[in-house]
Amino acid sequence: MADTPLLSMSRVEKRFAGIPALSGASLEILPGEVHALIGQNGAGKSTMIKVLTGYHRRDGGTVTFAGEPFEVHSPHQAQASGISTIYQEINLVPLRSVTENICLGREQRRFGLLDWNAMHREAERLLSTFGIRIDVRRPLMDFNTATQQMVAIARAIGFSARLVIMDEPTSSLDDKEVAVLFRVIRQLKADGVSVIFVSHKLDELYEVCDRVTIMRDGKTVRVADMDKIDKLDLVSAMLGRDVGRSDGHATAFAERQRSAGEIVLQAQNLAAGHAVRDVSFAVKRGEIVGFAGLLGAGRTETARVLFGIDRAQAGSIRMEGQAYDPKSPKDAIGAGLGFVTEDRKLEGIVPELSVAENLTLALFPRISRRGIISERQQRELVESFIKQLGIKCSGPGQKIRELSGGNQQKVLLARWLATHPRLLILDEPTRGIDVGAKGEIQRLIRSLADQGLAVLMISSELEEIVEGADRVFVLREGRTVAELDGEAITEAGVLDAMAHGHSHQIEQVAS
Amino acid sequence: MSETLSPASAKTARFFDPLDFLARYGTLVALALLIVFNLIFTRNFATLQTLNVNLTQVCTIVIVAIGMTMVIGTGGIDLSVGSIMAISGALAPLIFLGTIFPVGNIGVSVTLAIAVALLAATLLGLFNGWLVAKMRIQPIIATLVLFIAGRGIAQVLTNGNLQVFRVPEFQWIGLGRPFGIPVQVMIMVVMIVVAAWILRRTVLGRQILATGGNEKAAGLAGIPVDRIKLTVYGISGFCAGVAGLVVIAINSASDANLVGLGMELDAIAAVAVGGTLLVGGKATIIGTLIGALTIQLVRYTLLSNGLPEGAALMVQAAIIAGAVWLQQQGRVR
Repeated sequence: MADTPLLSMSRVEKRFAGIPALSGASLEILPGEVHALIGQNGAGKSTMIKVLTGYHRRDGGTVTFAGEPFEVHSPHQAQASGISTIYQEINLVPLRSVTENICLGREQRRFGLLDWNAMHREAERLLSTFGIRIDVRRPLMDFNTATQQMVAIARAIGFSARLVIMDEPTSSLDDKEVAVLFRVIRQLKADGVSVIFVSHKLDELYEVCDRVTIMRDGKTVRVADMDKIDKLDLVSAMLGRDVGRSDGHATAFAERQRSAGEIVLQAQNLAAGHAVRDVSFAVKRGEIVGFAGLLGAGRTETARVLFGIDRAQAGSIRMEGQAYDPKSPKDAIGAGLGFVTEDRKLEGIVPELSVAENLTLALFPRISRRGIISERQQRELVESFIKQLGIKCSGPGQKIRELSGGNQQKVLLARWLATHPRLLILDEPTRGIDVGAKGEIQRLIRSLADQGLAVLMISSELEEIVEGADRVFVLREGRTVAELDGEAITEAGVLDAMAHGHSHQIEQVAS
Repeated sequence: MSETLSPASAKTARFFDPLDFLARYGTLVALALLIVFNLIFTRNFATLQTLNVNLTQVCTIVIVAIGMTMVIGTGGIDLSVGSIMAISGALAPLIFLGTIFPVGNIGVSVTLAIAVALLAATLLGLFNGWLVAKMRIQPIIATLVLFIAGRGIAQVLTNGNLQVFRVPEFQWIGLGRPFGIPVQVMIMVVMIVVAAWILRRTVLGRQILATGGNEKAAGLAGIPVDRIKLTVYGISGFCAGVAGLVVIAINSASDANLVGLGMELDAIAAVAVGGTLLVGGKATIIGTLIGALTIQLVRYTLLSNGLPEGAALMVQAAIIAGAVWLQQQGRVR
């Protein structure tokens, strides 16, 4: 392999509204290598890719591609220069034929007219290099996701790409389709095309990648050959933890005050879609159960099944001893569940409505009589929660979009607490919240559990899981792979389970 | 992420910000200015007759715009209102004139005619809602179906004939004036009060705004988003039905080709000028009323001061664009 890199990005800076998303990040890709790019949510992977493809303008740093300074201002330009991106949601035109999708933007003409025969032949030739033979005249939507992805790749190759970026390409593929994709990637590699492979599935990285760049907090923290780094190191670098190092308290979670009571919710062998394959766990009264795992491990998807947003395809759930099979969030709320979602903006707040209306959103039926809202009841309830949780706002009538992230989160917590739930699901409860409010929310969660609430907390912050949870279930690629209790909840234990799929300690790293 | 009320923004809020003020009350200011202008320059403006002329002209637009406000509040739109007016306006005379079946008592037949027309209009609205909520068709396309087909249905019902009638018992809703107040104005006021109350005080109202403001969040909070959509389109159909009856009562005739023609655009304009967000999540019935009155008064002012119809239309369009731009300014801040 040649030593001069195909792509070199160094000391790249990018800020959004003054907040750094990348600070001194670097990435180097050799010709003909498959390079893994990994990191937690917010580590800067996608920003890095978007800077590379000209979607964002970098604030600093240098980029060279094929030995020349690289300066593009749009993904279109990047494509013309030989860098193609294949996104999670495939950006093709489903109604048009396979040929049109592959040749879109570089149509072949003959006597001023489109030369369809030539284009069909070209499409067939490109696809056949991956060992795929389909009728290229049929509309793209007739084919499965994997084939569509191959079409996207063929399109990229057709633009004579020298670097193909694949952003979580396997997230919607089944095992057989993944195998086909990997064959194509190896083919690309053999042809001298480099691939940047973004994924959270560790086994896949080891299967197909040559080297890995690990990012955290907008910086490149580690670059290594795949065969010289083990899974535990990989996960530790990603989460920023030294294995075996014990830390002081980093969160505001206190020790629990009472022992857990009877089981509130028990799930057995849940399966739903690609993301949830075999998940079993139980949550008891008065305890905080932590869900640990890498991105894409199926934690949020499991929560969605519990809350009736997605339907389970297999397995069973029991809520307070009764069989429980929610068909909608309404069923879940009726059964005593609450769900603070991960994405506050998209799934939590209604920005144009007031604090009061956001807080009582799940409560309308209870504070109304014959469809008429009792404003007195609403005001009393809202004022008591504002006081109780210390929500900083000018009053119940202030629009929620004017509040800080931490205070919005408190309103959303209050929305569910007001329904008197027996089980509260929290998905990344402190993400994007400043340090002070974070501590307040963590203390609040603890005190709620101490009052007897069962809490299921999904978190990607290791401290939050280790210090906050009374029991931890580790999920990996859609399966519960470990249950840790009491003293066994250590960073090393959780990391180990995330990396290897079991909770035996470090001696098994070699496997 | 942490955009608390910073001291800086609190400061600007304390001082008078003309652009922010205009964004909030611009339409009201425009209406006030128009009235002042007319008081000075338009002859015979401050008369009961002028008031009645303007109110009766704006009445049907307001009635339709009430339903439209609710639909737009959920982030939807209803293009079919004009056609539904035509259907309602075609159905009622067929019944009270005894074209379909003979009815002895005129009181009974008029009551029946109104009931059937309104029921049909509501059902057509629910059909729109069904397309939007259950079939997941974009509102603009879903309601385009009836926009096109509706007028056809009205023409088929009447064989394309103009229905002329003289039935005082029915036409009272268009021509009656107890205490000097036109009946259709009373209908409009009652509907405004009820709709404003629904939007402000009832569970349905909050659910409409929550659905429009963030459908995902609303669904996750257990709000029956599909049923809410069905309901608002039903309400919009009902409102269009009422407006259709008022129009034919005034005209003493029902022409399937003309009843409610272009009404969807007038109603949407009134809603937009009134300050309801076209993307949903924020809706004001009183604003819609003010919006409709402003547009109406602009037209009246220009026409009564001798400008040609074409010029009036252009000024009207400029005012709509200006009002919506001002509201945008208020939102960006």
